[in-house]
Amino acid sequence: MSLTPFELAALELSLRVGIASTLCSLPFGLAAGWLLARCRFPGKTVLDGIIHLPLVLPPVVVGYALLSLFGRNGTLGSWLHALGIEVAFNWKGAALASAVMAFPLLVRAIRLSLEAVDRRLEAAALTLGASRARVFFTISLPLTAPGLLAGAILTFARSIGEFGATITFVSNIPGLTQTLPLAFFSLVQQPGGEAAALRLTALSIAVSLAALLASELLARRLAARLGSPA
Amino acid sequence: MIEVDVGKRLGEFELAAQFTAPATGITALFGRSGAGKTTLVNAVAGLIRPDRGRIAIEGEVLFSAADGIDCRPQRRRLGYVFQDSRLFPHYSVRGNLGYGMPPGAPRDPALSFDTVVELLRLAPLLRRRPHHLSGGEKQRVAIGRALLADPRLLLMDEPLASLDLAHRAEILPFIEELRDRLRIPIVYVSHAMEEVVRLADTLVLMSEGRVAAVGTVEDLTSQLDLRPLTGRFDAGAVIRASVAGNDLVFGLTELAFPGGRLRVPHLGLPLGTPVRARIRARDVALALERPQGLSILNVFAGRVVEVATDQGPMVDVRLDIGKSDRPVALWARVTRRSAYDLRLEVGKSIHALVKSVALDRQSFSPYSRRGTVEE
Repeated sequence: MSLTPFELAALELSLRVGIASTLCSLPFGLAAGWLLARCRFPGKTVLDGIIHLPLVLPPVVVGYALLSLFGRNGTLGSWLHALGIEVAFNWKGAALASAVMAFPLLVRAIRLSLEAVDRRLEAAALTLGASRARVFFTISLPLTAPGLLAGAILTFARSIGEFGATITFVSNIPGLTQTLPLAFFSLVQQPGGEAAALRLTALSIAVSLAALLASELLARRLAARLGSPA
Repeated sequence: MIEVDVGKRLGEFELAAQFTAPATGITALFGRSGAGKTTLVNAVAGLIRPDRGRIAIEGEVLFSAADGIDCRPQRRRLGYVFQDSRLFPHYSVRGNLGYGMPPGAPRDPALSFDTVVELLRLAPLLRRRPHHLSGGEKQRVAIGRALLADPRLLLMDEPLASLDLAHRAEILPFIEELRDRLRIPIVYVSHAMEEVVRLADTLVLMSEGRVAAVGTVEDLTSQLDLRPLTGRFDAGAVIRASVAGNDLVFGLTELAFPGGRLRVPHLGLPLGTPVRARIRARDVALALERPQGLSILNVFAGRVVEVATDQGPMVDVRLDIGKSDRPVALWARVTRRSAYDLRLEVGKSIHALVKSVALDRQSFSPYSRRGTVEE
């Protein structure tokens, strides 16, 4: 069974969007997770609320908000445009929409993981003469790795499945923004598209399973490195 | 000198501790749990910031509220061995040991990687991960890790408390070896008098966030008024002696100390080895006249200097034995009935009987070669 060009384009786009949104949101997720787990500042509850908004808002609302902000005439959009970055109606926009939708899940996973890091180990590293930065990169970050991995998998899975925000923000353009769910949506809208839709379903299951298996393998290797029973 | 004078309020608890101790050998912080020992050590390490006060090691000020000095913990160069070894789980033993090592050769060759590994017998463990180590092994790695960071002072917070008896016995000799082979002063937190007596030179007695007394182990353990803090069960005297003879026929070692000669089961130590012996009050019996036809080998003539007056069936009696210009304190625990029958009172001449077999190996520790022993 070989994939049709239509399916191949959707699959390639989905993977690109998934990987890009995951990799690009990780540093921000780490920063937000750190702020929420380790820092005390006024407005922390508000920040927490804003980060969690995409979880409770209808995805189309998030998509519309992104369109207003990042569209060519939006505040951030025109600013990015000046920098030569275009996100409206291309795969980068799809990645942005996915990243925003998945962000609460990512931050949550990282935050929980950071909170679980034994701070006494950080204190021990300090007494050994390590700078704060060294403690972060050699102790805190490696010990947060399981949370980062879990957050990354969630982000990737959310990106592969993202529909509402994406279609509102970047529309459904074959080859440009038509990821697997959007392609699926197009097919079931057409008469006689059920057979093709079934093939896409199988493809989606395969991608998701592969991602899950990969994360499970990674998690085991991490657990072995961090010394907790797998 | 180790100069500490700090105040810190933590909820209901208030730490207000002040002491100075020589920056040589082992200084023990001794007290019940909750006395503020760990808080005090954390303040010295810079892990908590005192509300007021001053901390200086060998003249270098690490903290001074008055001068606004608060050296960050990573710059204090203090090794810290925690009760829970706190090894980094994602590093091998070798990685843990190397974590705090400054680049370049250590200033003290006794603190090179190879020497420390040899001293603590860590070679077989180097490639292992912390979760594959026993409690005692973890603590040895933690000690090595702290030493390799080239500290000017080693803080040890109850390093044996989380270990069972067998593992304690495994670690203690290593700490003695550190004391005797390295020139790093150690502040050793403990609530176990056996450890303190075996290891420490200077004793800092803590109670309810305050320092109750500072002095040599020999002095403080012989002071009756400190008995509530040093513990009644542990009551006893500590004497410094040296190996004066080995009787191989009967398997005895003879120890010389200013109060005379003490014969004990064979210690297997060479002649002249300085030894610290702990003679528990309950192993000392009293007699008004030098007894005859007795199995007890050690009889010392002395004088009663103090009789504890607390109620109960037992009475602790402090004696001075040896020459009157250089008396040695000894404690005896007798029944109140015996004290009445013998009419024990201050100034009375008495003979102290110390049963050799009561002095087991735990009562002795070879002492450092720093020559602090009186002949």
